[in-house]
Amino acid sequence: MLTAIGVMVILAVVIGLVLGWSAIRLKVEGNPLAEKIDAILPQTQCGQCGFPGCRPYAEAIARGEADINQCPPGGEEGMKKLAELLGVDPKPLDETHGTPKPKSVAFIDEQTCIGCTLCIQACPVDAISGAAKQMHTIIAAECTGCELCLPPCPVDCISMVPIPEDLPHWKWKHPVVMLKQSP
Amino acid sequence: MSRTLHTFKGGVHPPGHKTESNSRPVHAALLPNKLVIPMRQHMGNPAKPTVKVGDRVLKGQLIGEADGYISAAVHASSSGIVTAIDLQQVPHVSGLPDLCITIETDGRDEWIDHGALDYQAMALSDLRMKLRDMGIAGLGGAVFPSAVKLDPGAHAIPTLIINGGECEPWITCDDVLMRTHAEEIMQGVAVMRHLLGSTEIIVGIEENKPEAIAAMKTAATRLDFTVEVVAVPAIYPGGGAKQMIETLTGKQVPSGKLSTDIGIQVFNVGTAHALARAVHHGEPLISRLVTVTGHVLRPQNIVALIGTPIHALIEIAGDRDGATGVLMGGPMMGVPMPGQDVPVIKATNCLLVKSKDLFPPLPRALPCIRCTRCADACPAELQPQELFRFAKANEFGRAQEYHLFDCIECGCCSYVCPSHIPLVDFYRYAKSEIWAREKDKRASDLARERHEFRQFRLEREKKEKAEKLAAKAQAKRAEITADPTASGAPDADAKKALIAAALARAQAKKADIIPRNTDHLAPDTRHVIEEIEARRAKIRELAHQPLETDEKKP
Repeated sequence: MLTAIGVMVILAVVIGLVLGWSAIRLKVEGNPLAEKIDAILPQTQCGQCGFPGCRPYAEAIARGEADINQCPPGGEEGMKKLAELLGVDPKPLDETHGTPKPKSVAFIDEQTCIGCTLCIQACPVDAISGAAKQMHTIIAAECTGCELCLPPCPVDCISMVPIPEDLPHWKWKHPVVMLKQSP
Repeated sequence: MSRTLHTFKGGVHPPGHKTESNSRPVHAALLPNKLVIPMRQHMGNPAKPTVKVGDRVLKGQLIGEADGYISAAVHASSSGIVTAIDLQQVPHVSGLPDLCITIETDGRDEWIDHGALDYQAMALSDLRMKLRDMGIAGLGGAVFPSAVKLDPGAHAIPTLIINGGECEPWITCDDVLMRTHAEEIMQGVAVMRHLLGSTEIIVGIEENKPEAIAAMKTAATRLDFTVEVVAVPAIYPGGGAKQMIETLTGKQVPSGKLSTDIGIQVFNVGTAHALARAVHHGEPLISRLVTVTGHVLRPQNIVALIGTPIHALIEIAGDRDGATGVLMGGPMMGVPMPGQDVPVIKATNCLLVKSKDLFPPLPRALPCIRCTRCADACPAELQPQELFRFAKANEFGRAQEYHLFDCIECGCCSYVCPSHIPLVDFYRYAKSEIWAREKDKRASDLARERHEFRQFRLEREKKEKAEKLAAKAQAKRAEITADPTASGAPDADAKKALIAAALARAQAKKADIIPRNTDHLAPDTRHVIEEIEARRAKIRELAHQPLETDEKKP
């Protein structure tokens, strides 16, 4: 009887120590779920979801404080991926956060730009180059099309230009197969 | 010396239609009035134009330089004046325009200085760069820059296969090239052997080309190294690189790997010929042999300058009424052309004019009944019916799990499908969607990185500013404390002293900014200034008065 209790106690202590040690030693930094959600989000950093960037939105979803249908740039497909990851039912995009738009990049009309640097401060990915009283220009390859530079511009010289379909961006379309009508 | 041949799984036997075009002599190059030369003719980065509108260019002159390692240069196919560098329709299924250089030819066809390369004496890397700058790319269809393929890198390439399979129906340009230029093809093979250091060289030709096999065998006997010319069974797609490797060596290229990983490199016979012209004559790749066949009066092979509009070739072959479109390539893998004004490019091996009789429109598709005939025909040993299901439902991840990217788009599955489903179109769609998603993923990773760095930078700048201010305040405090008059004073006094010192500094600054350009003025100028000051004072005074006068006005 005593031996049995002793063995159980020793086992419990040993396993407890191992568990305690591994909890400290193998602790995962950050929130792994938020990481996974962040990897799905489109990283436009546009703030349309109501959070200051994709990462905060991912963390809010991970904490259960935000819904999965608040990201217009991610669109239907992004929402479905989030639903799959989180094991919840897909739901239509929340229109109050905006609607998906064709992919665009910002374009500065360099004739009108006064060099105020306000757009540079607004750009979440540092994709605008320029300095005070110097002409500004968009680094198109790094622009996410978030439109955050539009409101601060005092002379409205920034416009969003949809990315045109050219050869490098061309995709095969989903084949339309005519099905034979049954008699 | 006979080689044991192996067989690959699947394949089909479509009617060959080779005799239509391979019985006529090769038509010499024609010189059109206008050449439209696209900058994107090869895999990798498009070439960068090096000429300006209005420049006179000579035949063989560089007009677009290779941009990066995986790229190839582009040359003027004849002499003339550059009249435009702009977007023109190119031979692409989308019909979208791309950057092209238009040359108005002057009819003189004047060559630039060129001559043979002493390739034996050149460093291998220099020779490869030279080939890239001569625009050599694979002429079998993929147009991959040959300089890259001729770099063995870390791999040893003991086996070099020269592909004269040409398994696709209707096409005979490689057949005719081997019949007429076997010697030059072998010269090209010698250069490839020199660059790759291969010890075993095999030429694989389908047995339905006996003249080509004979010509190549004769040419092979005149070489100072051994080249094995092997007749392989005629089965589509036996001329596919991976299928040719399996037929000749019995080895399979593992999924997701390159043939160089198993020590084999494959080149088309046309590429070997272009290489020989480049090395032994200094001629860049400016023309190629094109089969014009199908619904034309005189199906034949024509030497075409790169940039020649395809209607010019079809006119030589004799266009007929009732044509329903043109395919670039053969009936199995060819892509429809958006029009007949598009130019011949390095990839144009065949122009197949369609008609209702030769290519009746496909009957309407029936649902997939999962008969798996496509799986039996698939030479890549895939499950086309599953790939179709996933591609149709946009389940690209699942399609990739079923090795979508091992599909060579040979069209065997569509050929045998009893429901007439255009299966390959679905695979092409799925592949391009996956590539687009990968591109988006890279863009979003870059955006995340840049956003995180920006957050870090803002934080750092804030911290640096705070530190700088703190350091300044600390220095001031030390100064005050060191001051003998304030020494020993309690903290509150020290603070007061600090404030007093700051105030004194501010006062001094204010006094400093009194304008000093009025010190040495002429008396009348001073007088004018005083007058102005007086007026200002008056206005200020008026401004302070209530606006009674205004209110009294009627």
